[in-house]
Amino acid sequence: MTYRFKTPLTWADVTPKATFLNRRQLMAGAAALLATPALAKLSYAPSRYSTDEAPNSLEEISGYNNFYEFGTGKEDPKANSGAFKPDPWAVQIDGMVDKPGSYDLADILGGVALEERIYRLRCVEAWSMVVPWIGFQLSTLLDRVGVQPGAKFVAFETIVRPEEMPGQRRAILDWPYREGLRLDEAMHPLTILATGLYGEELPNQNGAPIRLVVPWKYGFKSIKSIVRISLTDGEPPATWKQLQASEYGFYANVNPEVDHPRWSQASERRVGAGLFAGRQPTQMFNGYGDEVAGLYAGMDLAKNY
Amino acid sequence: MRGWTLQRTTEARAPSPDLATRINGALRRLPVWVVYLLGALPALWLFVQAATNTLGIDPVREIEHRLGELGLQFIVGGLVVTPLRRTLGVNLLRFRRAIGLIAFFYVLAHLAAWLVLDMGLLWQQALADIWKRPYITMGMAGFLMLLPLALTSNTWSIRKLGGARWRWLHKLVYPAALAGAVHYLWLVKAWPVEPFLYLGGIVALLTVRVWFARGRLFQG
Repeated sequence: MTYRFKTPLTWADVTPKATFLNRRQLMAGAAALLATPALAKLSYAPSRYSTDEAPNSLEEISGYNNFYEFGTGKEDPKANSGAFKPDPWAVQIDGMVDKPGSYDLADILGGVALEERIYRLRCVEAWSMVVPWIGFQLSTLLDRVGVQPGAKFVAFETIVRPEEMPGQRRAILDWPYREGLRLDEAMHPLTILATGLYGEELPNQNGAPIRLVVPWKYGFKSIKSIVRISLTDGEPPATWKQLQASEYGFYANVNPEVDHPRWSQASERRVGAGLFAGRQPTQMFNGYGDEVAGLYAGMDLAKNY
Repeated sequence: MRGWTLQRTTEARAPSPDLATRINGALRRLPVWVVYLLGALPALWLFVQAATNTLGIDPVREIEHRLGELGLQFIVGGLVVTPLRRTLGVNLLRFRRAIGLIAFFYVLAHLAAWLVLDMGLLWQQALADIWKRPYITMGMAGFLMLLPLALTSNTWSIRKLGGARWRWLHKLVYPAALAGAVHYLWLVKAWPVEPFLYLGGIVALLTVRVWFARGRLFQG
């Protein structure tokens, strides 16, 4: 409910910087007043896009993931993200949009209806989970800021705060973490910006306060703790592709037939399934083929991996 | 020239013979089965943790990785024996067979964990991975090199093969150790520190041997 209070500003009226900074202080104060556990509960509607597979536990989802800003180990994000401050938060939206500007998170959330999306998550490392995200379709935000006709891609950037994100003190990756989507992928109803998990606000280690979730792509595409969204006409840089283009492509669609050069993508291990659960076959587009295969009609997915 | 220099430095660095002699005296009274017991402790601990479900969120990965790392650690332990004797005069030779066999069993257990727990006995995919994935090929090569060493780690084999041939065969541990370290480094994303430490340590331990060998050569 924290996110649902009214602001005097409307979307037609882009906030001037000075006013915005001023209001941010007010809201930080308000948030501090409201920040009680009971109020951290989000209100949301179920979604027809949710899988009926049993979700992983909150402990598994928040205790085992990759977020190199907090360290390279899978337990590191939980262990090292305690000092991270996701509030106050603003997202810079710029590039080929009608209404560029710095949008406060409360502004962004003021105009959306949150949904629960229970999605499969497939990591490029061949493990998987089922995660009950709370979020809203990225398309609603893009519609509101007005995508200009020439725009073809959406670029995203994670915040850089080495003082709160110990992983960023080493140049393991070329910070800030960057990712991108083709515009039609970004506008797809399955693509969401998530702000919650299991009915509550996102834990820091899962990309608080706002992150991308693209369920038919490998997890690394779903960029966390977003501070910038830009509409561009050229393919934006993507961190893992920049690091090792032969292993991580721009599309990164889950595809059991196109292996990572160093390991097979044919099957995956469901985290939490038990010691002797073995592996399950990986599904094309992570099982979302009915919805998204059309986006790639006629494309050679072995080349555009 | 180089050998002579090395000889001097090693002598200069060695502590008073009394200390090394005293350590060696204490070691002589230590039965070898104690080393086997100590070597089995981490496995026992891992088993207890697996049975009580305290291996974290992904126990499969934890078991697999920890067994592999233990294998590497005991391989490094085996490689330390000779330099320790040559530089500090401390003699662990009597325990080297135990250290080597423990290393082999951890590597074997690591392989079994991969095949059974991680791959879920998907033989076809496992075989394809051994063939196609360089880091798995590398790990498998390391294991295959250790296999004859484990099989001949007994007095009967030494007698049968003769000391010289046996020693020559057991030099396979050098490429096996390198394969193990490269296998580790090759599988990680980005560049974490640990695999570099293992590779660096193993390369250092092998380099020291080259120096020793040259020293002997020049001396002779």
